[in-house]
Amino acid sequence: MSAIFPKWTNRLPLMVLIGGGMTATAVVAGVWYYFTPKYTYVGYQPLQPVAFSHATHVEQLGMDCRYCHSAVEKSWFSNIPSASTCMNCHNQVLKDDPRLALVRESAATGKPIPWVQIHRMPDFVYFNHAVHVNRGISCVECHGPVHKMDEVWHAQPLSMSFCLDCHRDPAAKIRPLDKITDLDWKWSEDPNVAAQQQRTQGEKLVRDWRVESLDNCSACHR
Amino acid sequence: MRVFLLVFGVGVVLVMLIAGKRGDLSRRSPIEIFPDMDRQLKLRPQTPNSFFPNGLSSQLPPPGTVAQTGPMRVAGREVYPHQDDPVNTGRLPGTTNFVELNPLPVTAQLLARGRERYTIYCAPCHGATGDGNGITKKIGAMAVVASLHDKRIVELPDGDIFNTITHGKNLMGAYGPQIPIEDRWAIVAYVRALQLSRLGSVEDLPADLRAKLK
Ligand code: HEC
Ligand code: HEC
Ligand code: HEC
Ligand code: HEC
Ligand code: HEC
Ligand code: HEC
Repeated sequence: MSAIFPKWTNRLPLMVLIGGGMTATAVVAGVWYYFTPKYTYVGYQPLQPVAFSHATHVEQLGMDCRYCHSAVEKSWFSNIPSASTCMNCHNQVLKDDPRLALVRESAATGKPIPWVQIHRMPDFVYFNHAVHVNRGISCVECHGPVHKMDEVWHAQPLSMSFCLDCHRDPAAKIRPLDKITDLDWKWSEDPNVAAQQQRTQGEKLVRDWRVESLDNCSACHR
Repeated sequence: MRVFLLVFGVGVVLVMLIAGKRGDLSRRSPIEIFPDMDRQLKLRPQTPNSFFPNGLSSQLPPPGTVAQTGPMRVAGREVYPHQDDPVNTGRLPGTTNFVELNPLPVTAQLLARGRERYTIYCAPCHGATGDGNGITKKIGAMAVVASLHDKRIVELPDGDIFNTITHGKNLMGAYGPQIPIEDRWAIVAYVRALQLSRLGSVEDLPADLRAKLK
């Protein structure tokens, strides 16, 4: 008998158990870490056809998001501005700059600039910008600090749990309506006071505007 | 066991090296793990589309199309977008003359709206006070910007300013596509308020406030 199974095979069941356990743990950890939108979506930063910088236009020039994304308060969809919007200024500013050649061509011919879309919900999800923007939810909650980005990247996971976290407790994120596009705005400079104000003022706004806490499936899957 | 541990360790390190960590910036498009119904056969705005000859999903309305909407209520009247009405055109019906006065009733609410919209759409060039020293002029990027306190512009009828917002003028682009009609009139009202703020004199103040000034 002993000639068939050498001595080390006594430890085989233990080794299989440990090895199997480690592999299973690694696979579960890998799926948990990598198979969620926090990994698959966040950080997507495509190369855009024109080197447009939000940091230059919003942070430096102080432009409001709605100058360009003008439909965001009225419709479910937040439009990307047409080339003629850019030409309002760039018919004088950097008039002959090669970086803007595509914009000038697009404004002249009407052929759109092929911007690459970054944020995109699956088609089975119903999303609406106007509802959020008119209910005191700022762009920064879902898009991150766009005003500091030279090239826009996907900053938030926009997964179902991300949406639900806020829908269950809008008071934690809500702010006055005239501060929606002021991405740096806080209730107070002091973080402790700000957190406290967010609670008390947030709950007051939620009550005053009768903001609903929407977590039934048909709110977003219709 | 040693071989297994080695392979396991190398495997984990390899995956971590290749896949990186959460939130790394990447040019690769997002991964859809179970793309069951993520992309359906429906048109989304502002996407390419090979069905139409010009390749756009958001088609422009053919020339002469009239938007179908409800009427806008102005001072007890109903105005539809296709009507030749001062509210829509800034001109007296049937003529090319501009209306002298804002057809919308000027209320505190309208002025507040006008102020907000002016700050969004006009302030980058004309400045918060309308003196033409917006940020684009300040950094020297833009040479010509009109001062709204110019005597000529102060004397323009309201309808002309409305027309300038809608269709643009010389070097200024058109803002009709971005700004709905009510908001354009609100901006006109606010521009008038800005101009008044410079034209006012001590005589405009009520007597008690005038006394306080002295
Ligand atoms: C001068 C015009 C302009 C202004 C002002 C502006 N944007 Fe943009 N925005 C653009 C253009 C053009 C793009 C498309 C190119 C790109 O992605 O960089 C864009 C893209 C974006 C995107 C990514 C869209 C996608 O494909 O998913 C977001 C999010 C965004 N903007 C948010 C904002 C926010 C928030 C503000 C205000 C702080 C703002 N923008 C102000 C012009 C503007
Ligand atoms: C309010 C006026 C204004 C509008 C509208 C505007 N820009 Fe600009 N843009 C500027 C100014 C001012 C600069 C800075 C010029 C300089 O650096 O001297 C600039 C710079 C740029 C640059 C140079 C790169 C950089 O960051 O300095 C690019 C590219 C550009 N803009 C693209 C666009 C595009 C695309 C749009 C339309 C979505 C647009 N701009 C709309 C005013 C504007
Ligand atoms: C509650 C979350 C939320 C808020 C608040 C929000 N967005 Fe978005 N935004 C999204 C989602 C989700 C998408 C992707 C929508 C889609 O699938 O078309 C998106 C898409 C966009 C796009 C790209 C549209 C396209 O198709 O290329 C722009 C531009 C944009 N948002 C701008 C803004 C601006 C500006 C604000 C603030 C005024 C804002 N968003 C506020 C969630 C939000
Ligand atoms: C930071 C907070 C916040 C986040 C994040 C957020 N929402 Fe909302 N959402 C709200 C608030 C507040 C309302 C308004 C509720 C009301 O109408 O009273 C709302 C309303 C909605 C509505 C309108 C429902 C209706 O019946 O009109 C939809 C749809 C929706 N959200 C989808 C989404 C989706 C999809 C996401 C994730 C991409 C998301 N929301 C992320 C706060 C948020
Ligand atoms: C606040 C909006 C919201 C609500 C409410 C909501 N969902 Fe979702 N759901 C989403 C979003 C956003 C996604 C897409 C996430 C992504 O892109 O990975 C999603 C994805 C899903 C998916 C995954 C589909 C796939 O293939 O990845 C299922 C299943 C689902 N939802 C079921 C439900 C059910 C059941 C409910 C009710 C209990 C519900 N949802 C309520 C926003 C919502
Ligand atoms: C991109 C910069 C820019 C923006 C934004 C802008 N303007 Fe102008 N505006 C100009 C320039 C440049 C002129 C001078 C045009 C000329 O005479 O060539 C001008 C001229 C004018 C005039 C004088 C027209 C005349 O009869 O001579 C008025 C009135 C005016 N703007 C109002 C507005 C209002 C109201 C807004 C906001 C909706 C606005 N502008 C936004 C650049 C701008």
